Amino acid sequence: MNPGFKSTLRFSARLLSRDWRAGELTVLVAALLIAVAAMTGVAFLTDRVGQAVEMRAAESLAADLRLASTRPISDDYVALGERAGLNTARIASMPSVVFAGEANTLAAIRAVSDGYPLRGQLKTSPRLLGEVTVSNGIPAPGEAWASPRLMARLGADTGSELEVGSARLKVSRILDFRPDEGWSFVDLAPTLLINQADLKNTELVQPGSRVAYRMLFAGDRGDVDSFKATIDEQLAEGERLSDIKDTNPQIRSSMERAGRFLNLASLVSVLLAAVAVAMAARRYSHRHRDRIALMKCMGASQSMVFQSSFIQLLMLAIEGGLIGVLLGYLAQLGLAWLMRDMIGQSLPSPGMAPGVLGLITALSILAGFALPDLAQMGRTPPLRVLRQDLDPPPLRYGISWLAGVAAVLALLLWIMRDARLVLTIFAGVTMTFLALGATGWLLVKSLRGFRGAAGVAWRYGLANIARRGRESVVQVVAFGLGLMVLLLLSTVRTELMDTWRQSLPDNAPNQFLINIQPHETGPMAAFFRERNLAAPRFVPLVRARMTTINGADVTQMTFEDPQGERWARRDSNLSWSASLQADNRIVEGQIWDENAQVDEVSVEQDFGRELGLSLGDEVGFDIAGEAVSATVSSFRTVEWDSFSPNFFMVFSPGVLEPYPATYITSLYVDESRRDVILDMMRQFPSVTAIDLDAVLGQVRDVMDKAALAVQAVFIFTLLAGLTVLWAAVAATRDERRYESAMLRTFGASKKRVLSGVATEFVAIGLLAGILAAGGATLAGYLLAENLFDLDYGFSPVLWLAGPLLGVVFVGLSGMAATWRVITNAPVSVLRTA
Amino acid sequence: MKRPDPNNSKHANDDPALKARNLSKHVSSPEGLLTILDQVSLEVSKGESIAIVGVSGAGKSTLLGLLAGLDVPSEGKVWLGDQELTALDEDGRAALRANSVGFVFQSFHLISSLTALENVMLPLELSGATNAHDAALQAIRTVGLEPRKGHYPHQLSGGEKQRVAIARAFVVGPSVLFADEPTGNLDNRTGENIVDLLFKMNAESGTTLVLVTHDLGLAARCDRILFMDTGRIDRESRGGEDRSPEQMNPAGGESTP
Ligand SMILES: Nc1ncnc2c1ncn2[C@@H]1O[C@H](COP(=O)(O)OP(=O)(O)OP(=O)(O)O)[C@@H](O)[C@H]1O
Ligand SMILES: [Mg+2]
Repeated sequence: MNPGFKSTLRFSARLLSRDWRAGELTVLVAALLIAVAAMTGVAFLTDRVGQAVEMRAAESLAADLRLASTRPISDDYVALGERAGLNTARIASMPSVVFAGEANTLAAIRAVSDGYPLRGQLKTSPRLLGEVTVSNGIPAPGEAWASPRLMARLGADTGSELEVGSARLKVSRILDFRPDEGWSFVDLAPTLLINQADLKNTELVQPGSRVAYRMLFAGDRGDVDSFKATIDEQLAEGERLSDIKDTNPQIRSSMERAGRFLNLASLVSVLLAAVAVAMAARRYSHRHRDRIALMKCMGASQSMVFQSSFIQLLMLAIEGGLIGVLLGYLAQLGLAWLMRDMIGQSLPSPGMAPGVLGLITALSILAGFALPDLAQMGRTPPLRVLRQDLDPPPLRYGISWLAGVAAVLALLLWIMRDARLVLTIFAGVTMTFLALGATGWLLVKSLRGFRGAAGVAWRYGLANIARRGRESVVQVVAFGLGLMVLLLLSTVRTELMDTWRQSLPDNAPNQFLINIQPHETGPMAAFFRERNLAAPRFVPLVRARMTTINGADVTQMTFEDPQGERWARRDSNLSWSASLQADNRIVEGQIWDENAQVDEVSVEQDFGRELGLSLGDEVGFDIAGEAVSATVSSFRTVEWDSFSPNFFMVFSPGVLEPYPATYITSLYVDESRRDVILDMMRQFPSVTAIDLDAVLGQVRDVMDKAALAVQAVFIFTLLAGLTVLWAAVAATRDERRYESAMLRTFGASKKRVLSGVATEFVAIGLLAGILAAGGATLAGYLLAENLFDLDYGFSPVLWLAGPLLGVVFVGLSGMAATWRVITNAPVSVLRTA
Repeated sequence: MKRPDPNNSKHANDDPALKARNLSKHVSSPEGLLTILDQVSLEVSKGESIAIVGVSGAGKSTLLGLLAGLDVPSEGKVWLGDQELTALDEDGRAALRANSVGFVFQSFHLISSLTALENVMLPLELSGATNAHDAALQAIRTVGLEPRKGHYPHQLSGGEKQRVAIARAFVVGPSVLFADEPTGNLDNRTGENIVDLLFKMNAESGTTLVLVTHDLGLAARCDRILFMDTGRIDRESRGGEDRSPEQMNPAGGESTP
């Protein structure tokens, strides 16, 4: 009679805890913990860092959500926002000439209400070039805060009175920084920040005056999201809602890259840990054939054996899952602490979702990679107690692993929601696996040729590898995979990270100059050269309005992407160039060659997608009343975070030249030489300089945060790689120990056995090391090129480090594992249980 | 059912503990179908001990496996008590084993991740017994290994391991105990001690014993000896050496000569 479920449960729990105590489960549990901790740690962390990054990004809106309109925004929105638990603030901005005595200049007046900015902080100083501090609050009524550029143009400083419309306001502070400075072409004039209460007195708001109204909202993410969803539908004509995703492409692009790095790290950790789990489970279940035969012999039914295995795995999954989640949570706490300075604000604590995720991870990895092996062991015939050679029918690894792989893949897709990344990495890992397997098999095969060549120990060792065939391939692949990860992490990771950071070097352009007239480019180049600054590259800019796509009127077209519609309705900035800019890359089509006769345009990829453009489409523009058109001949990606002037649409030479153009350029001016810019503005009064330091700072901050987080998460990957190595060593050990003991029993000398074993392990290590170097090189290249749009340099160090590491690590660990056997009397190993 | 006849109460042939009729086992080999067990029939009475002897490869283990229901015969039938083993499926046979069969093997088959005591507890736990610990402790005590109950198999000598295995076999109170070369991995003296223990416990619990060995001295201590050669039982003789007169097969015309 078989016992009831409850006692099976108790029995399984007891067996499990005894196995744990005897060290049978160590590798399996370690691998499981790493997988779960990596998954949850990253999920927790990306959640929090993502929030931090978003907050930082939100600063460039000064809010989480911004409603813009050309008409005064109804108070209803304030009520709606407050009901949704959000803070609100208002901005009204308009260009106006301001006077300081005789001097006058065009300024962007920003009248703000209390609470502005809802995100980020204003920085001010008591006078020009004075000490900059963070200001809470806004100018008091009757006062104004002026940007340094405005003061420079007016030749004024704090304390002076400005005439703004019909009001007189006293400049009380210099406004050095506002978080929503941005650098869109709209905000050309220097800022004058005033209190909303003064707006009426200025009498600037008249019928027909160009006032832009904004309402800002900020609050908890969930509240903001649901609020956004509700009001998105009620927007009136002329009202436009933007959130942080619509802001600076620079920040967005580095955020995306950071997210990809983080996901990559956790994904690879999980996949690697799954490999380790599979190996450990294989070893565990193989070691337990005897136990299962015995249990059956003692009367356990097939279903009881299966139940028991299943319960044990379930318990492992739950316990391992919970502990893994805890580890992930702790790791994340540590990381958040590491980044406390950069995060700045205290973050809302992470939600429970990653915890649930951890449990699901544990379950699916065990179900996918350990259950098939264990279930198969349940088929061990009881007669094995009498005939040791009776094994369960061989597992169809192909099929069972396919199920496991599918489970884990589905999980990853579900979590990361980035099909391209997951599938790329997954295909990469699978290919790596297959390639390693095939190469490993060839290498192992080729060892047969060596057999006759060397001494006895060599012959014995090498023959062993070839004889074990399949097992050897598995070991070579496992060691190769583990080493490859180590190599990737130690070299490629730093290279990738460096390349990433170098994409925004310290001397990245921090000044954008626009509105440069064609005749000014020469003198301006000379101006900078005189001051020992490199002459910048001038890029032409032509303002135009898009009129037609393939002959159809864009104002009548419907766009699938609402963003596309916005682009089509708005003035475009066009440029031309003879060749592709260094930070651009063609993804589809071809760039024109020098003497092409056709009128072509190269379109930025996302922009083109939003407009629904494809190669060969004809786009028409209205430039100063004349119709111009060109054929879309290529799509490009642009590194917006390079801070060079870049355009959505770049034309081939000869199309735009006849039309009035201005030039723009960007350059780096060190903090200590800011006076150069002031000089420049005096010499070229019509040129507008835009200070990018604020945006640059934001991007750098995002990068630094993300880089640190990514480095930390790679620790999990490292651990996962080490666990694979560990599992491989454990698998190797069982067999070699027994064999070496046998050899000793048959009278082989210590030296002989040792050199045989050494040869075997060194050879395996060498093979694995070569595979690892090849794999790491290829993987590094593919990662850099395909996922991160970075250029990757070939690294010869890998080819030295890989084989060396392999020989040393595998050789030593293998010998350490067999050392006891060789030195102790062989009986201790041969003694059966 | 017991006969009231006091003379025959011990080995009642018509109420056997174990019975096999025309057992054959064929296996396929490169040279074609191979008969490794050929029309074997036998009967073992309750409480009786029999030895199966023969040269290596004679088919002893094969027969044992069939009698214990670990394997199915190509032809023939096996009864354990009044249950026909060969009519049951694998799980049915397992359930029957759980309640009435114990095993001792040549290579001990202790579980290396369990202590001596836990190894003895295993069959009890498998059947969901509640007093597994106490019963196992009692059994460990009986084989004289209480001081080593917390040791793992690799910390025990071969003889000690086999004592643990014996405790494990008896702890469920089996009606039939199968032993395949229980002394095969042990030196002579240890082997003898083990055999003494086996017979002592067998006598105390009144278990039916089926012992496979090629040690004729050991075989001689059983009530009956079956000689096997190339898959057949070709001879049978009476053992009973080293036993007190009462334990020797009492005179009774029904016993085999
Ligand atoms: N599944 C099988 N396939 C092929 N041959 C088998 C199989 N099972 C048993 N045999 C053969 O049947 C014969 C009897 O085997 P068995 O193990 O019963 O012998 P034994 O009497 O127990 O020998 P030993 O004393 O060496 O244990 C042997 O020749 C063995 O090789
Ligand atoms: Mg045998």
